[in-house]
Amino acid sequence: MEFTRKILSLLERNATYSPKDIAELLGAEESRVEEEIERLKDTGVILGTKTLINWDKIAPELTVAIIELKVTPQKGEGFDKIAREIYYFPEVRSVTLMSGGFDLSVTVVGNSMKDVAMFVGEKLSTLDTVVSTATHFVLKNYKVDGVFYTDEPEDERVITL
Amino acid sequence: MKQKNPFSPLEFVNKQVREIPPSGIRRFFDIAATMEDVISLGVGEPDFVTPWHIRSEAVRSLEKGRTYYTANAGLMELRQEIARYQEKNIHVSYDPKTEIVVTVGASEALDGALRALVEPGDEVLIPEPSFVCYKPCTVLAGGIPVPIETKAENGFKLTPELLRNAITEKTKLLVLPYPNNPTGGIMTEEDLSLIVPIIKEANIMVISDEIYSELTYTGKHVSIATFDGMKERTVVINGFSKAFAMTGWRLGYACAHPDVLSAILKIHQYGIMSASTFSQYAAIEALKHGRADIERMKEEYNIRRKFLVDALNEMGMTCFNPYGAFYVFPSIQKFHMTSEEFCQKLLEEQRLAVVPGTAFGDSGEGYVRISYAYSKESIAKALKRLEAFAKDH
Repeated sequence: MEFTRKILSLLERNATYSPKDIAELLGAEESRVEEEIERLKDTGVILGTKTLINWDKIAPELTVAIIELKVTPQKGEGFDKIAREIYYFPEVRSVTLMSGGFDLSVTVVGNSMKDVAMFVGEKLSTLDTVVSTATHFVLKNYKVDGVFYTDEPEDERVITL
Repeated sequence: MKQKNPFSPLEFVNKQVREIPPSGIRRFFDIAATMEDVISLGVGEPDFVTPWHIRSEAVRSLEKGRTYYTANAGLMELRQEIARYQEKNIHVSYDPKTEIVVTVGASEALDGALRALVEPGDEVLIPEPSFVCYKPCTVLAGGIPVPIETKAENGFKLTPELLRNAITEKTKLLVLPYPNNPTGGIMTEEDLSLIVPIIKEANIMVISDEIYSELTYTGKHVSIATFDGMKERTVVINGFSKAFAMTGWRLGYACAHPDVLSAILKIHQYGIMSASTFSQYAAIEALKHGRADIERMKEEYNIRRKFLVDALNEMGMTCFNPYGAFYVFPSIQKFHMTSEEFCQKLLEEQRLAVVPGTAFGDSGEGYVRISYAYSKESIAKALKRLEAFAKDH
């Protein structure tokens, strides 16, 4: 378990680590690391690997919104069915069930604010079980998934002795 | 009329100070600083920024207007925390009122301890390779530094033989620099048990520089002060720079017998007055809630350590396995160059800066110090350059 956790925390930090890198870092056999990663993929622990991109720097028109949905849970299905109806839209980047003042938090990406607003108005709020929506546009990312989006100072260390 | 010599400021500079050579690390990196695209694995401080909860305590202390001097020996609450920390980590009890002084970095504690103990002509034993400060501070305190050459094959430890051979009538004290910068060598409980009787028999004092005590990778650091009868013979020096990534805060401390401590405190009082106040408030937070930070950083260092040692050995640069601190000290013997030549060429040809072993004493010849207080990516990049260099030579 300790071994598995270590592999996962390394990969979570840097997905480009190869099994060889990880084997070196943990002082383990490369084949053992490889097998464990395969197993984690097969069992759905490792779901995928992507690159974290600060799109603001390259496509500032891209618009992200977080939409709070209040919904009526359905008999026998709870929130799962309505979540499914929402997460199959390609515009939807994430769907999370929340506790508190609303039920589902939905992240939507579009090419403009209008795009996103249209999507919410036409596709989300029209769903039978949706009681209300509140759209919040993302203005600036500071930190996402543990990574700073602000420019961090460079290595300012000097030799003192 | 006799012509007066033109005014020469240099003539007024203390001769002893003039004769102290500049730091070997410094000289080398002044050259590196003038070049472009240099990767450095030279610095001796953590690459981590001080954990946020510690920084925010300092900010809070400033917001509250805590901008006055503290007691000379430091805030009582901080000294109490230090006492608790020492009790827990090295199992030695110090009275916060009479046995602990908070200093401007462990460096000040070292300088103060040497000046408090050393008299003109006293010999100070310094195992080498080791940190560059011991020798000049000994000289400035009026003492005579006596280097003890430790060897890679002994894990750069201070062996009983080496110690016994170095002791003379004039020996006043031993500096014990473990976990060691630059070698990464440590002294285990057993190693220490072998030198304790010699120290007692020779009736000398010890300054134990334990600044890297939190960074040991194969077991817990053991202080010589834990041995029976050694607490009163030892000035234990530690600080916040390495364990908590707080180098810029300049905060360390010395723990010693009240008679010795009050002497160190006297020097501190007249020369420094007190360590900076907001740093002390931050340090209280560090000691109270910083344990998880230490563990997190240590784990990261350990990963890099293994990575670096393996890579160097693969390159054929025999590398003593470092057990502490954040340096590796590989042999460069197979290149048939002096440490200085090697570092000079490596810098010129591959734009990679490491520190010549000779910066840490003559016995560092044939070695270089590579710091792993850098991200794994920087280390990997640097290793590529080192590999290219090894191929060319």
